[in-house]
Parts: sequence; C-alpha cells; structure tokens
Amino acid sequence: MVNTDIKIGWSRAEMAQKVALDIPDGSYVNLGIGIPEMVADFVPEGREVIYQTENGLLGMGKVPEEDEKDPELINAGKKCVTSILGASYFHHADSFTMIRGGHIDICVLGAMQVSKNGDLANWSTGAKNAIPAVGGAMDLVAGVKRIFVITQHVTKHGDPKIVEECSFPLTGKEVVERIYTNLAILDIKKEGLFVKELAPNVSFKYLQDRTATKLKQ
Amino acid sequence: MINKIVDSANQAVSEIHDGASVMIGGFGEAGSPIELIHALIDHGAKNLTVISNNTGSGHVGLAALIENKQVKKMICSFPRTANSKVFPELYNKGEIELELVPQGTLAERIRAGGAGIPAFYTQTSVNTPLAKGKESRLINGKEYVLEYGIKADFSLIKCDKSDRYGNLTYHATARNFGPIMCTAAKTTIVQTKNIVEAGEIDPEIVVTPGIFVKKIIEINNPAEESQLVANEKKYPW
Repeated sequence: MVNTDIKIGWSRAEMAQKVALDIPDGSYVNLGIGIPEMVADFVPEGREVIYQTENGLLGMGKVPEEDEKDPELINAGKKCVTSILGASYFHHADSFTMIRGGHIDICVLGAMQVSKNGDLANWSTGAKNAIPAVGGAMDLVAGVKRIFVITQHVTKHGDPKIVEECSFPLTGKEVVERIYTNLAILDIKKEGLFVKELAPNVSFKYLQDRTATKLKQ
Repeated sequence: MINKIVDSANQAVSEIHDGASVMIGGFGEAGSPIELIHALIDHGAKNLTVISNNTGSGHVGLAALIENKQVKKMICSFPRTANSKVFPELYNKGEIELELVPQGTLAERIRAGGAGIPAFYTQTSVNTPLAKGKESRLINGKEYVLEYGIKADFSLIKCDKSDRYGNLTYHATARNFGPIMCTAAKTTIVQTKNIVEAGEIDPEIVVTPGIFVKKIIEINNPAEESQLVANEKKYPW
C-alpha cells in the first residue's frame, strides 16, 4: 500500500531539534516551559550546553527516573529534574543577576504572539477573567543576549501568531531575534521579517497565508 | 548565650499580628515552609500581605492560608499553577488583591529591601503594562523603570540545616527565595530539617549567616505538598 498522506511542516520534536542545532558549543541557555524544554534532548554530539533554570540551578540535567525524583529539585515549570556533575544551586537574586545582568547567552521561549519587529506577548491574553501570571518572562527578554521563540505557527483556532502588531499585552518590545515554528524558521531584522528556512512541503505562499504580516524571502 | 531555637511551630509564629506583611519562601512546593504556614493558620492572624512567588496548590500550605481568608493581598510573580484553585476563585470574586511583579524584579526588590536600598532602576517590564504608572528614566540612552525595595514584618523560610545561631544551608532548588527573604524581614522564622551543633556547618558553605535569623524550629519530616495535594488533603485537617 502506498501512503498518500503528505506531511506538512515539522513536529514539535523537529522544531526543538532545529533550535538545538543553532545553539553554539559552550552556551549558557535558559529554556522556557513547554516545547522549549524539549530542546535539551537534541543537543548535537560534541557540543556542551549548560542549562540554567531561573528557580536556582545552573547545570540542569536529564529528567530523573521515578525513584530518583526529588520534589525540591525542580525546573521553572515545577517538574522534577536532575543536576549534572559541575552544577550549582543559588538563590533568586543570584539567578536573576545571571538573567538581568546579561550573563545568559540564549533564552528559548514560547509565544502567544510575535510581531514583525520582534515584540513578544507570552504572559497574558488580557482577558477579564484571566489570572495574570508573568513569572520570569519579562526579566528574560530584558536581560538575555539572544531570544529565540519556538511556537506553532497559528493558534488552535487557526489564527496567526506571527503578526503586524501584538494585540495581547507585551512581555517585551523588539526582543525576539528568531522564530521557530512548525512551518518555518523566521529571522527578525531591521529590514523586515525574513524566511530563513521553510519546513517540508511548505511553500512561501502557504506560509504567507498563515502569517498576519508581510514576509520577505 | 544565643539560642534561637524555639519549641514549637506555634510558638515560632505567635507574634505575627493582624495586618502584618509576611514573606513566605518557596517556588512551588520546593522550599515552602508548610508547617510554619499551618501554624499561622492555627494562630489566625488576618489581613496579611503575603509576598511569595506563587499562591499555593490544592488546599494546604499557602493555598490553605488564602482559603482561610487570612490574606488581604498577594505580591507575587506567578499566581496560577497547576492545582491552584483557591487564589483564582477569590481573585475573580474580588476578595483578594494582587500585585503582580516580574520574578526577577520581585527577587531584586526583596534583595534591595534587605540591603537597605530603597529603590532601583531596571529594564524589566519597560514597554509593558506592568510598567504603567511607574517612574521611568533614560540612562545611557536606554529606558528603565523605578522599582521599590520590599521589607516585611516577618519571613517564613524552610531550610535544610541550621545551628543555634541561625546559620543556614538549603537543599537543591528549595533555596530559591530563602536567603533574600531572610534578610528583608524584621523577624525571620525558619523551619529546618535538622538542627546541628555550632561549627558543624563549615563557615565556607553557610548560605544564610545567622544574623538574619530570629527563630528556628526543627521539623525533621516536613510534609510534601504535592503528596498532600495528590491525596486531596485539606488544612486544617
């Protein structure tokens, strides 16, 4: 039997893998909650990347086995993690000194919306009954050297997340450098929003139709 | 002789008065001083302003303190967490105030409070709704917002080891807000898993020097919040 289903775009794991390939050896990296957490699984052989989690660990390791879980050794998403040999623990003021003081090289975050000039909205829909919760997102975009976003290209309802201007409250203005979606990798530059790479079976037109701002090739 | 060790959690929190500001350590359950919080529920002080990163889970610990209507206002960075139902409900009914602060700004405000720094400028939250109404200033061509240091009447902290002076060490990521909150309160109350003899903690690895601590209570087997939540426990039991 011939499989006629044509796969369009990248899976979440493939998106995470794309991000991992762009993280240089020796980087200090903070990963946000959700898809960003998967990036750690795809670091290419021969590269050493140190993960910081803002609740106080530099040198975050693999997910623990059930019997080695420690409820006081967790990541920013409050999931149990492990620490690598050579890790360190620290309090919140030190942790955010790393973040706000410009010591972290790359941060990978999720997004609700990203605008063509790199504005990021990822903490609140601004809806009346929503409980606003910001965590460390505003500190990360203000202080980390390079901000990568990893997100589905459109919402569950099919609305574009890459937009002319964010309608949701901002996390930071002109902070995002690169966007990895299931359909493409986009670079935000002064001259515009450029398509760096199209995912399998995604045409420029297909991508543009699902993007609420003008893309450049 | 200096001896900060007290006999019970209830005695440790007995001075917390109505209207007090209380910093509570912890990031999620890691570092949350659950026995001290339960003692504060037994004690009953009301109209508290609580400074803590989250708002608790289930119906124990900080969530139970909020559910017991003892908290007038929360100052925190992330008030919604999986299993956090108590705060959202009261907040949507308008029965509890919220001051939402970015996590790093919260940490720095606490650090500043403890260090006698009244205010500082930061880049965090510039151009966002959280900077609205705040003083801002251009420094070297960049915009910064003014944030004020926070002090509190009390801090409730969980640590791993303490001696009678209040020299503390912590466990893994349970350290989080502990060391800075210890510095920012008039009275810091600590629950420790183990009390050790003075000198047993190498001075090189003391994380919180004893000068920042007023009272210590030993709780050898602290409850695990996630376990209590999984078992649908509710405090007071």
